[in-house]
Amino acid sequence: MSSNKKYWKSVEELNENSSIVETLKQNEFVDQIPTDEFLGDKDALEASSTTRRDFLKYVGFSTAAASLAACEGPVVKSIPYVVQPQEIIPGVANYYATTIADGFDFASVLVKTREGRPIKIENNALAATNSVANARVNASVLGLYDSLRVQGPRKGEASISWSTFDKETNQKLTDLKVAGKEIVLLTQTFASPSTSKLISEFKEKYGNVRHVVYDAVSESAALDAYQAKYGERALANYDFSKAMTIVSVGADFLGDWQGGGFDSGYSKNKIPQNGKMSRHIQFESNMSLTGANADKRVPLTPSEQKIALAKLYSYVVGGSVSGSLPNHIEDAVKKAAAQLKNAGSDALVVTGIQDVNAQTVALEINAFLRSKAFDKATPIKTRQGSDKAVLSLVADMKAGKVGAIITSGVNPLYTLPNASDFAEGLKKTELSIAFSMKVDETSSNTQYVAAAPHYLEAWGDVEIKKGQYALTQPAIRPLFDTRQFQEALLKWTGNDVSYHDYIKDSWGTTILGGSSFNQALHDGVYVGSIAIETENTSDAETLAETPSGDAASALASSAKKSGLELALYTKVGMGDGQQANNPWLQEFPDPITRASWDNYLTVSTADASALGLMNKHVANGALNGSYAKVTVNGVSITAPVMIQPGQAKGSVGLAFGYGRTVGLKEEMQTGVNAYALYQNFNTAQNVTIEAASGEHEFASVQLHNTLMGRGDIIKETSLEVFNTKDKKHWNAVPMVSLDHKETPVTSPDVDLWDEFDRSIGHHFNLSIDLNSCTGCGSCVIACHAENNVPVVGKTEVRRSRDMHWLRIDRYYSSEETFDGDNEKKESTKGLAIAGALGEMENASMNPQVAFQPVMCQHCNHAPCETVCPVAATSHGRQGQNHMAYNRCVGTRYCANNCPYKVRRFNWFLYNGNDEFDYHMNDDLGRMVLNPDVVVRSRGVMEKCSMCIQKTQKTILDAKRDGREIKDGEFQTACSAACGNGAMVFGDINDKESKVAKLKEDNRMYHLLESVGVKPNVMYQTKVRNTTEA
Amino acid sequence: MKKSYQSLEVNLTNNMRKVIHRKLSVNILRVSLVLLLAFTSALSAQGGDPAKGKSLFNANCAACHQLDKKMTGPALRNVEARLADDEGLDKEWIYNWIHNSAGVVKSGDAYGNKVYNEYGGAAMTAFPQLSNEDIDNILAYTAEVKAEAPASAVAATAASGGAATTGGVSNEIILAALAILFMLLAAGLFLVNKTLRRFATAQNIELPEETTRKPLWKSFVQNQFLMLVVSIFFLLTSAYFVYGYLMQIGVDQGYQPVQPIHFSHKIHAGDNGIDCKYCHSSARTSKTSGIPSLNVCMNCHKSVYEYNGETTLEHSKEFYDGEIKKLYKAAGWDDAEQKYTGNSQPVKWVRIHNLPDFVYFNHSQHVTVAGVECQTCHGPIEEMEVVYQHAPLTMGWCIECHRTTDVNMKDNAYYTKIHEQLSKKYGVDKLTAAQMGGLECGKCHY
Repeated sequence: MSSNKKYWKSVEELNENSSIVETLKQNEFVDQIPTDEFLGDKDALEASSTTRRDFLKYVGFSTAAASLAACEGPVVKSIPYVVQPQEIIPGVANYYATTIADGFDFASVLVKTREGRPIKIENNALAATNSVANARVNASVLGLYDSLRVQGPRKGEASISWSTFDKETNQKLTDLKVAGKEIVLLTQTFASPSTSKLISEFKEKYGNVRHVVYDAVSESAALDAYQAKYGERALANYDFSKAMTIVSVGADFLGDWQGGGFDSGYSKNKIPQNGKMSRHIQFESNMSLTGANADKRVPLTPSEQKIALAKLYSYVVGGSVSGSLPNHIEDAVKKAAAQLKNAGSDALVVTGIQDVNAQTVALEINAFLRSKAFDKATPIKTRQGSDKAVLSLVADMKAGKVGAIITSGVNPLYTLPNASDFAEGLKKTELSIAFSMKVDETSSNTQYVAAAPHYLEAWGDVEIKKGQYALTQPAIRPLFDTRQFQEALLKWTGNDVSYHDYIKDSWGTTILGGSSFNQALHDGVYVGSIAIETENTSDAETLAETPSGDAASALASSAKKSGLELALYTKVGMGDGQQANNPWLQEFPDPITRASWDNYLTVSTADASALGLMNKHVANGALNGSYAKVTVNGVSITAPVMIQPGQAKGSVGLAFGYGRTVGLKEEMQTGVNAYALYQNFNTAQNVTIEAASGEHEFASVQLHNTLMGRGDIIKETSLEVFNTKDKKHWNAVPMVSLDHKETPVTSPDVDLWDEFDRSIGHHFNLSIDLNSCTGCGSCVIACHAENNVPVVGKTEVRRSRDMHWLRIDRYYSSEETFDGDNEKKESTKGLAIAGALGEMENASMNPQVAFQPVMCQHCNHAPCETVCPVAATSHGRQGQNHMAYNRCVGTRYCANNCPYKVRRFNWFLYNGNDEFDYHMNDDLGRMVLNPDVVVRSRGVMEKCSMCIQKTQKTILDAKRDGREIKDGEFQTACSAACGNGAMVFGDINDKESKVAKLKEDNRMYHLLESVGVKPNVMYQTKVRNTTEA
Repeated sequence: MKKSYQSLEVNLTNNMRKVIHRKLSVNILRVSLVLLLAFTSALSAQGGDPAKGKSLFNANCAACHQLDKKMTGPALRNVEARLADDEGLDKEWIYNWIHNSAGVVKSGDAYGNKVYNEYGGAAMTAFPQLSNEDIDNILAYTAEVKAEAPASAVAATAASGGAATTGGVSNEIILAALAILFMLLAAGLFLVNKTLRRFATAQNIELPEETTRKPLWKSFVQNQFLMLVVSIFFLLTSAYFVYGYLMQIGVDQGYQPVQPIHFSHKIHAGDNGIDCKYCHSSARTSKTSGIPSLNVCMNCHKSVYEYNGETTLEHSKEFYDGEIKKLYKAAGWDDAEQKYTGNSQPVKWVRIHNLPDFVYFNHSQHVTVAGVECQTCHGPIEEMEVVYQHAPLTMGWCIECHRTTDVNMKDNAYYTKIHEQLSKKYGVDKLTAAQMGGLECGKCHY
């Protein structure tokens, strides 16, 4: 049925003559559609002969051509040497011994080079002192390939040549000499005999010259105390391997206290032998690495530390001191004193209080006890700075008394608390030159930037300890147009020899005494005969010492407490901040807080709630913290807050080394500059704190801090139990039920899998001793360097996408002790367990701490292998769990099925990707990559390979030489980097090997043994010496 | 912790010398053949035996001297006559010089010092073991008339080439003749058929008519079963070929790129029998075999400045000599002045064997430990004028060899224990690489 209804489309249709209606009959729209606007220029479009169809044809053709071209292999060029250097064989690594001496870290190391490129730092076994590279030293090789290095000398912004530099600076220096103005050399501690000689020659030539040594993190008080007592400006050298009872008052000696390097000695006595092990009592404010390893840790504020040390003195030596301590601390001090007295010469007291009296007291106690650990013959020379000299220099500069300033190895505009005074003074000098690898805070404000080489490109010598010399030799030709400070001094003094010849000459005349320079260079170290001679006489001298109680009483009376106290410290990863542009170190998680890419104010739980500061987990599990305004004597900075278990109530902590802004990539500009609060070079400061607005996003790699009573993850016992009770009491094999009978999990009857015969050939195992592991993290960086582990950046770490193949888990106890945790869990019955476990998620106020390095456990019955749909991960006969990256399709089933959570997934392409602008994104940074390990691509799972490239190389070398492999030849990057002997790697089929014996040790257990995956990594039960006697 | 490779160097140098000698002797042999007659006359004239002289020359002098070219030492053709005519020096002087040139230089002899300085102040090795008679023989040899360049080789190649072409033409002619014969035969048959039909029509014999049937293809198309089978067959066949095509992506077997210098392995490794590892020395100790650096080339090519071996139409002597010139340019060697200019340009070789990054391959494992011949993987290198990739370099190819190859364990203490245990386990005397664990993923992929 048709309808007569008429539908109006618009009111226009009422008007019969409307042109719009007429237009709409023909066109869809009334107005012309403005195609030009979105198609571009109309003229060009019309003039173009390319029609739409043509365009599609072109697109189709180019797509097809591109895909065809993709099937064609690229043409690869190979360019051999014209004249091949005799020592280089392509594909074979060379090792050179050298020494790092950057003013903060001093260590004798080996440099692994491939085709002339340094790619890794390793420990130098020949060196008697500082032979172990810490995390920063391990990472220092990447500093060589820093894309922001200054590539040649500069005058202001302009690049100049060295000849211009020489002409101009020589002229100015001569003018200043004629005018009688003062020339100041402001340098790091070189501890270099040759440099000292050179500087004195420079002084001779220019007359009015002042040399000021400046340590960014000062040890001036300790130097002053040692100088006053022993007449030499050096630091006391302690051999911790000779100390059985150690009391430390605020000394982070496993960290960077007095230059560091004490941990390998300390670890030796941490392993119970014949029922004995060392006893370590730590009094401290911040939770430090040392405190975390202590058998007993007493938190107290910096001012209480002074009183505690003074009282310790009075209890040990005698006399009385003023001041009072809370009862539990008083009690702890008394007990510590008693134990020190008991131990006698096996005891050692160290302190990190930045006070001459405190340092004197420690020296006096050790002298009184005749501590065997104190080595008077070889004091440490790696810190020589004087606070007074630096402060008076800044004052003189401000007053315009300084004519020229030449800096080397220091960055005062960043590290000085009164940097603005220095900046003002710098403008008043007539000549300012900074020898620097970067255009940093200081060198961007000096007239000249003298591009300095990296230590791997330079010559040098160091006297790390008295009579113990080390040499620095270049491992690569300078990458840029650089000149080291010493070469410049040679030029300025008109000496034509190279610094190498200069060193050789001065060693020949003063140090070597007829020994071969080439041998010293080969070894990297040389121990003078003087050191050995004086050692014998040291015992006789100590007898003569008579302690006076002056220092102790002065120390006690200097302790003034008012409100909160700030304890400044250095982190294992960042140190004084020289290497802030090093992505490995930025991503290195702090051993204690497990946070990367940041520094923060550590606050105790009690203070945090009083001040209204908090930490919380956000939806994706990541950690956020509030900000706090920190004020010291009118200087304020706003820092994020990290609530730190074990932080002494009434104290807060903040790390140096962060907050740099000049000469760093944007990603690396993290944290806040704590040097601003480092007034009078004292790490302890009175401080006021108030909550500030906003929330800080942390990038923490561990968010669950406690074990919640799961004592089988970190097995721990006390020395007493260890000595008296049977293994099954403290290291029982987990039992599982088989036919309703309790059966040990190690029994073959409960196994789901068939056991393979692994008795033939090599079978690699790695043993990790939880007693000697201090958590220092050298292994983490060594693993990064060896295995081309990518850096992912702060936001990705926050998403738990960090790529560390080796992590060091840190656990706090939620009760006073881990034993307490276990008891609480076992004793809680019924539904109350839910509440109890909730409580156990929070760490105690002063928790026990345990470290556990975890990497792929290389399970013999690996759960990851059975779930891989493409067989990309499989097992080798040698015990290693193989990962064929090229086979992996990225299902991540393996990671989900791994009980240890050690597999890492490449969510992105991390190399050659501007989104991840770290070392793998530029040609220079990529030079550090290990050519024997493939760089993984996006969408691929990766994990610890137990350094299969290294084990295979060891095997091949033996095959080529036609010999058997000796124990100790097999190493992984982590076990080789571990200076504490905590990680032992080897072949358990070699029954004589160390690792085979460790496997049979009573302390041995496997992580999550009850799962029954039979790992090839084993742990040694942690034993704590809790005996108070 | 550098290692010393001095002994290796010495070995290499010795090898090199041998090579040069061999090469020289080949050249000289050719010369001597052409001038066989001239020998006898020269022999009697000089009072020395040029044949003996030649062998003495090759043994003692050829490392530094040639007859017609300045090398480490001067050219020696007609040296006796030249010295007598130009410098007025007699044979006695030559005896002294050869027996103890350093002494002659020291004595202040004018010409001796001139020569000494001209050749970079390097004293000629003293040859006290050569008697005067020996020296006479050598001088007799140097006094021989220069030979004409042998042109016969080129001619011979040209001739043989010509012969080959003729053979080809005759074959074609035979084929063409045969084709014409067949065509004639076919035409004949057709004509016969046509004639017979004509006869049949003329005699009214009825030819059987062809019944129109459904064409075969139509019934085929309509048969669904057959169609199904055929399409499955086609799909499978095409899948087979597509798979085959895809599987050879990235397999560059036969890859033979043009190199910046035409380096002939045939001449070096084949004709001259130079050991592969003389140039690719790092194959012994390293994961890479190493492309020799130019100083290794120059070890020999300082004295081997021209090519005198067999030539082909494509690669003439001039062509090879040109390639040697390229080497001199790259190494910065001034052949006329016999010294390095310091103006070198590294050679950008095109890499032939491109293993992907995710495969770890170590030459020393195979070359030194296993004692595998280079040719096992690289093919008949000594016959390759231009090197090509011989093996497919696929994983299957690697695995195949690991499965079948017995590990060379003889006199290698590393293997003693494992061999004993494994041979007991598998009940065999010899173990393959696979039995040693050579098929595990992680042995090559990390």
